[in-house]
Amino acid sequence: MKWLTQFARFWYDFIVGDDWTIAVAVVIVVAITDVVANAGRVAWPIIPIGVGVVLSLSVRRVLRVHQEAARKLGEEGTQ
Amino acid sequence: MHSVLLVVAAFLASAVEMVEALTIVLAVGVTRGWRSAGWGVATALVALVAIAGIFGPALANLPIDVLRLVIGTILLIFGLQWLRKAILRSSGLKAQHDEDAIFRAEIRELRAAGQRGVGDWYAFTVAFKGVFLEGLEVAFIIVTFGGAQKNVGLAAIGAAAALVVVCIAGVIAHAPLSRVPENTLKFGVGIMLSSFGIFWSAEGAGVSWPGADASLLGVIAFVMVLSFGLVALLRRSVADAGLAVA
Repeated sequence: MKWLTQFARFWYDFIVGDDWTIAVAVVIVVAITDVVANAGRVAWPIIPIGVGVVLSLSVRRVLRVHQEAARKLGEEGTQ
Repeated sequence: MHSVLLVVAAFLASAVEMVEALTIVLAVGVTRGWRSAGWGVATALVALVAIAGIFGPALANLPIDVLRLVIGTILLIFGLQWLRKAILRSSGLKAQHDEDAIFRAEIRELRAAGQRGVGDWYAFTVAFKGVFLEGLEVAFIIVTFGGAQKNVGLAAIGAAAALVVVCIAGVIAHAPLSRVPENTLKFGVGIMLSSFGIFWSAEGAGVSWPGADASLLGVIAFVMVLSFGLVALLRRSVADAGLAVA
């Protein structure tokens, strides 16, 4: 059982990694594309635009965490 | 054109994983001897071939659109994770991957694990684990790239070429391949994985790309512009706030 958990953990870390929101967002964007394409509409821009938004938000979140940590450190330094 | 890009992408992605496996094997071989490390590598390779032999043929029976939808989506998630890390490293928000430091840390750990024996199980296990786990990742790359194109052989050629190049480099260098610009390589691989992921997941969902296969080049260009744009923006924010990670 422990081996199975470790194996599942390995694949989760390998494919999904640090930010699970990317995986969820990609699945949603691909599902929307599937619906739009099967309705006979132009669907090719949806995934590239979705990727642009998802990736930008993900790296922006990391930047925010660093900025917040730096701000806290700065406040502690002045006290 | 599509086939060439497939081989190049499989080559680069496999090379990155193989450099990581080689770093572990070299650390084990240098500190605890090559015999047990060699057995660990050989056993891992046999296990990988067995796994590929069991799961590989199953792919041939699945319909191409389902394969492209599932594999394209997985590849896109996997590629974006890789690209995200590369963007954060390039902008200074994440420490650079350092094979030299990993090599030194492995050696410290191996020396601390005690004296070697005739049959050194510790060396065997570390070498086996390193090659098996990195090898699983290479197998994943071959199966996803090759499966979505219904041409596993072509992706395997790219990975085999990477194996030859990395092994030759390892024999010559006899040290971690720190001269390989790994972070740059990872950035390139992230761009390729994400681009193929976008292209195949869309095709699997029933999208007709304008310009058919040629649009893959447009997708790659889009992902490059997006990535470099994000790096430039983040670098400016990092410099303004003095946030760079060593």
